[in-house]
Amino acid sequence: MATLELGIDADVAAGSVGRPRRLGSLFWMAIGWMTFVFAAAALVSLLPIPSPTDMDMLERRAPMSALHWLGTDGLGRDELARLIYGARISLTVGICAPVIGITIGGAFGMLAGYFRGRFETLVVGSMDVLLAFPPLILALAVTAYLGQSILNLTCILGVLGIPAFMRVARAATLSLARREFVIAAQALGATHARILLRELLPNVFLPLLAFFLLGVAVTIVVEGALSFLGLGVPPPTPSWGSMIGEGRESLEIAPRLAFIPAITMFLTVLSFNLVGDTLRVFTDPRQGAL
Amino acid sequence: MTGPALLSVENVAVDLPTPRGNLRAVDQVDLSIGAGQTLGIVGESGCGKTMLSRAILQLLPKKARLSGRVMFDGQDLVALGPEPLRKLRGRSLAVVFQDPMTSLNPVLTIGTQLIETLQEHLELDGATARKRSVELLAAVGIPAPEQRLLQYPHQLSGGMRQRVAIAIALSCEPKLLIADEPTTALDVTIQAQILDLLAREQRRRHMAMILITHDLGVVAGRTDEVAVMYAGRIVERAPTPVLFRQMRMPYTAALLAAIPKIDAVPHTPLPAIGGRPPDPTRPVQGCSFSPRCRYAAGECYRTKPALAGAESCDHQYACFHPLASATGFRA
Amino acid sequence: MTGDIQPSGSRDPLLKVENLVVEYVVGGNTIHAVSDVSLHIARGETLGLVGESGCGKSTLGRAVLQLRQAVSGRVLFDGHDLTAMQGDALRRMRRRVQLIFQDPIASLNPRRRIGEIVAEPLVIAGVKDAKRRRQLVGDVLSAVGLDPGLVVGRLPHEFSGGQCQRVCIARALVLNPEFIICDEPVSALDVSIRAQILNLLEEMKARYGLTLLFIAHDLAVVKAVSDRVAVMYLGRLCEVGPSAQLFARPAHPYTALLIEAIPVPDPEVRPAESVPVGEPPSPIAPPSGCRFRTRCPRADRQCADQAPELREVVPQQFVACHHPLIAAG
Repeated sequence: MATLELGIDADVAAGSVGRPRRLGSLFWMAIGWMTFVFAAAALVSLLPIPSPTDMDMLERRAPMSALHWLGTDGLGRDELARLIYGARISLTVGICAPVIGITIGGAFGMLAGYFRGRFETLVVGSMDVLLAFPPLILALAVTAYLGQSILNLTCILGVLGIPAFMRVARAATLSLARREFVIAAQALGATHARILLRELLPNVFLPLLAFFLLGVAVTIVVEGALSFLGLGVPPPTPSWGSMIGEGRESLEIAPRLAFIPAITMFLTVLSFNLVGDTLRVFTDPRQGAL
Repeated sequence: MTGPALLSVENVAVDLPTPRGNLRAVDQVDLSIGAGQTLGIVGESGCGKTMLSRAILQLLPKKARLSGRVMFDGQDLVALGPEPLRKLRGRSLAVVFQDPMTSLNPVLTIGTQLIETLQEHLELDGATARKRSVELLAAVGIPAPEQRLLQYPHQLSGGMRQRVAIAIALSCEPKLLIADEPTTALDVTIQAQILDLLAREQRRRHMAMILITHDLGVVAGRTDEVAVMYAGRIVERAPTPVLFRQMRMPYTAALLAAIPKIDAVPHTPLPAIGGRPPDPTRPVQGCSFSPRCRYAAGECYRTKPALAGAESCDHQYACFHPLASATGFRA
Repeated sequence: MTGDIQPSGSRDPLLKVENLVVEYVVGGNTIHAVSDVSLHIARGETLGLVGESGCGKSTLGRAVLQLRQAVSGRVLFDGHDLTAMQGDALRRMRRRVQLIFQDPIASLNPRRRIGEIVAEPLVIAGVKDAKRRRQLVGDVLSAVGLDPGLVVGRLPHEFSGGQCQRVCIARALVLNPEFIICDEPVSALDVSIRAQILNLLEEMKARYGLTLLFIAHDLAVVKAVSDRVAVMYLGRLCEVGPSAQLFARPAHPYTALLIEAIPVPDPEVRPAESVPVGEPPSPIAPPSGCRFRTRCPRADRQCADQAPELREVVPQQFVACHHPLIAAG
């Protein structure tokens, strides 16, 4: 087993492990789009854009003009304003919900993978129960009971995401906790807390982060779907999903009302996916020779 | 070497493109082996011995480029098409790898793997193949062979699995067996048994064998000829008794000296070879061993020595200052 | 007293293992990894622990450090019972006992820099001053033959196996421990690097005044660095004695078998046609009595009925066998 002297393994040597030397142009375009959307959402109050809730009944479904850059919707509200404010909602829910998932799910996953035994069985079992709930029904039930609001929506989507993060964290921890550097830390007298935070977390963090970005993409779509069905963000707050839903009625007259938010959502979700995927591939450290 | 060569490797080189540049895994290797003989290839990790065995089998990674000829039984394997090659492998040319856990398919039973090989190459029907498999397992020393046919690799110990791998390799009566570190992953008592098994089967079938290892002890008593590899090249080659009697290449001598011996006195410092094994992606100008060689001087740093034998063509070495010779140093 | 070997010298042993039993359950089966093992190591001594895979030597090493729960038995380090310690007291003890592993690259956290890794023991031990830590880390890295300036800021994957093992040794030495358990430290390294690391270990032992428990499966390697050697088979000790003496005249048939099986790099020595002694039995259901009896040419009824205890057959050499190769005299 004298195989540890070389830093090269035949597969790596043959270039089959494709570590991109430079981040591709697609990656940068995705970053560009994300930056644009974030900036617009953050700075919208500073921009000369009309309010998204001001209805102008005389200008319903108006085409694109200097006054309304993307026209108006069925109730005379400025489309561009609604789009940007909708971005705020999508991004807020899209990011905050997975944050709940990654912190709670990630923590439970790491603890389960590290301590094993009964605790692990308990955690995995409860997560399985949570996964068994039909997510849409659960969301419906919660919003029916507690009322529709952004906070409720974020919480329920966050909770629904916990099992997935738990699994990713647990899988990563399981494969690492057996490795000798963890035993070495134990042999040095490190406390469990120290091992979890200093040894395991830096290694588990990156797979979790890549999964987080994918989770953001999924959450944006789910929020969009719920809003499309009228179960997400309550009107008159704009959301891409509800805009698509409202645009359904105007498909023959003004198809842009449905397509513009749809395309924006598509591009945003795609960008998150691309960035998440690239980061995952790019930052995976070599696990040592062979 | 008596008789015509069964396998003749002529000026073979293997190049691998890597992100860091071209990697010369095997550099101008010439080898030959006749029927019934055993050739030992000795080297540490990264010396290219595994790549060489893959080159002989024509099983290199897709991006690798092979140059030179590999003449097996009169045919040039490099020029052979995929279908004739496939028929040759497993039938006339067999391999045993280091780790039997990964060289056996974990989801197929032992019986399936053995019978499959027999049916494919020898076109035996099911019943005959099964009977033959039982005979083979018994021949390699596995007790209760009928029960074993139904078992999966993970149910057997490492030594048993390696015996099964050998049985599969020998099933079609190959002319040449390449054993790539067959006992490195096994305990020393099992290692001895496996090596004896290989020797016994080889004698019985008059089979040629290439034994690849990093352990000079393994080749000492069990091979006819030894080739020592370093940084992709053969640096010394001789019939086994000749090599151990007088090693000419300083690397070979240093390698032997660095092995702890069972009859040594405890706490004697071992004559270690300084430095690290060469990095194939950063080839050294001149002799690859020169950064670590005690005797390196002048020309060693500039040109690569060619493999040649001064006294006899039997014993060849690639060194400008071979040990204990007219131009060399005392070991 | 059976199973209890008194040291021949007058110094108290630094480490004393008494009747240690370690078992663990895997998928419903109990693996008897270590069964009633007692040994001692004197201060400044290197005890080699040798045996094939599955004999329990690694488990024993981990159990000594309390990284594995023992079912019964005691481990006394400098008079303190490690098995009875918990929490902080045990953590403080750990600074005096360190461990080096087989796979040097897996022993280092792939995401942390070498400097941090070697400084970690100091941080855990409470050395607050960063400058002092850097100083100590630099000293110990130089001691193991690495240039601190070049090494401290890099990640493990940038180094070879031999260099990583040096880093592991440095990490083990930084707290100035008294006792180091080396668990197959050179098995995964190339032949030419093995000698370097073995020499380094001997050098460090002399320099830091260490006591070593050297666990390996390669007898020649063990003999090269050990003062005394213990041979283990399937969870039990077969033979214990001074290195040179034990290998020159082994008393236990298993030791003799191991020595005979070693491939000797000398073509004049024809390898003895190995006696087909079969496979080692499983540690889940070890044979009754003497565990080696299924592969021993000298086994008889007594060996199946009664497990042999370690007895002194020759001064300082102890063997657990009813029919040892050297008759007790």
